[in-house]
Amino acid sequence: MTEHDIIIIGGGPAGLAAAVAARKAGITDILILERDEFLGGILNQCIHNGFGLHTFKEELTGPEYAARFIQMVEEEHIPYLLNTMVLDINSNKEVTIINKESGLTIIKARAIILAMGCRERPRGALNIPGYRPAGIYSAGTAQRFVNMEGKTVGKEVAILGSGDIGLIMARRMTLEGAKVKVVAELMPYSGGLKRNIVQCLDDYGIPLKLSHTVIAIEGKDRLTGITLAQVDENRKPISGTEEYISCDTLLLSVGLLPENELSEGAGVDLNPVTSGPFVDDRLETSTKGIFACGNVLHVHDLVDYVSEEASLAGVSAAAFLKEGQKKYADMVEIAAEHGVRYTVPQRLDKEHMEDQITVRFRVADVYQDRYISVYYDGERVSHKKKRVLAPGEMEQVILKKENLKDYPDLKKIVICTEVE
Amino acid sequence: MEIRELTCIRCPLGCQLKVTIEEDEINVTGNSCGRGIEYGKKEVLSPTRMVTSSVRVLGGKHDMVSVKTSQDIPKDKIFDCMEEIRKVTVNAPVSIGDVIIKDCAKTGVSIVATRDVEVVL
Repeated sequence: MTEHDIIIIGGGPAGLAAAVAARKAGITDILILERDEFLGGILNQCIHNGFGLHTFKEELTGPEYAARFIQMVEEEHIPYLLNTMVLDINSNKEVTIINKESGLTIIKARAIILAMGCRERPRGALNIPGYRPAGIYSAGTAQRFVNMEGKTVGKEVAILGSGDIGLIMARRMTLEGAKVKVVAELMPYSGGLKRNIVQCLDDYGIPLKLSHTVIAIEGKDRLTGITLAQVDENRKPISGTEEYISCDTLLLSVGLLPENELSEGAGVDLNPVTSGPFVDDRLETSTKGIFACGNVLHVHDLVDYVSEEASLAGVSAAAFLKEGQKKYADMVEIAAEHGVRYTVPQRLDKEHMEDQITVRFRVADVYQDRYISVYYDGERVSHKKKRVLAPGEMEQVILKKENLKDYPDLKKIVICTEVE
Repeated sequence: MEIRELTCIRCPLGCQLKVTIEEDEINVTGNSCGRGIEYGKKEVLSPTRMVTSSVRVLGGKHDMVSVKTSQDIPKDKIFDCMEEIRKVTVNAPVSIGDVIIKDCAKTGVSIVATRDVEVVL
């Protein structure tokens, strides 16, 4: 069985940034495993601009952003395998892979970085009644067809869900000559970024119907139309508000799910809120020597933050290999309360932590003029007002090691929202 | 005096801008960086957008190459540009930054490739 210092599962933005960071931290024996036929992951189909302002201080498209990291991986001569599917990872860090060249192989890693990304929630998860005609796609599938394969997806389009991919695809389909009739969103607020509502819907006069959902699908071979209805505060359709919309295509942009089947096989504990692993401040999971970053850890809005997080995973994996089995100090719990849905990381080793760490989180609802507060064992240490907070926009707070020194017996850090 | 509320689209932060237009002076508040001021002014004077799309490639490792306008173009020229982009086919190889269409739809702006496509051997 061949052995590598670090095996990285996934060659998208997270995997690439983790690989480069681990190499710069002095690890030579790294292998990236990618199931698609090219590196770069989902960025290759995200042909719109708006990437990289944080990382490269310029505005790039998805493929250009990916190309920058692919170039770094090539320059560092980091090996990767394409068209290679990982079938299993176990807690001994043995990775079972399959590809056309070598068939089924088991390779061993001293450390693993999970960077598998996420996938889209499918129609089957929504319980929409009706036939199963052609013409119903997840927004990302349609994005790949249009942008990478040059296929025409449909002419009259309705979109359910206002996640960013749905908004981006509303514009993209319009530019390709399709008529996008409506974007319907179950929640009373959009799950996408504000800028995408402006530049993808408002610019083209596409209506966004909040608190609406699809209650019926018509058409046997090909979709012929959908019925929309308004929903009440319990998200139940309101009788009398039904509206029929004729269309040949329905795109679903109804959420992303971290893809953690492999993580579970390796004994990694998952957080039911994020569907991603529980991690400490070095992004190490509950299985020692296995780290996680990017959308497999929690779904991000910005690739720039994925790259930043993945670099930390790469550096941490390198440190794990160099230090050997370090002694783990007692962990401080980082808890999400009062309007904060989750935090990443969820625990902190304050003895071994970096000088500062970034805790990322999402809020549970749309709030205006609320404070984000940080408590150390019940004592409020930070209190910052935000004009608008929304679940679609990831927030962060920075914790500094020097501030934590004054709390030697600290057990729990709470991050919460407060009205005043 | 006219006041317009805008959402800045220059980066994913989406700052809520307040643009005050007074005779020949335009003031922008609510921005977090210089790009917000630039956007606020431009949006009330002559709104522009970047356009991105894909173009078919012959003989390449991929079927399509992603493209963009080399800079933002007037909003009312978006569909004229798309019409030209849709007509084009290019031959592999293509490199990032290659000009695919010069002076697209008389905007003076070129369409450039945003992905490398190697020749299939």
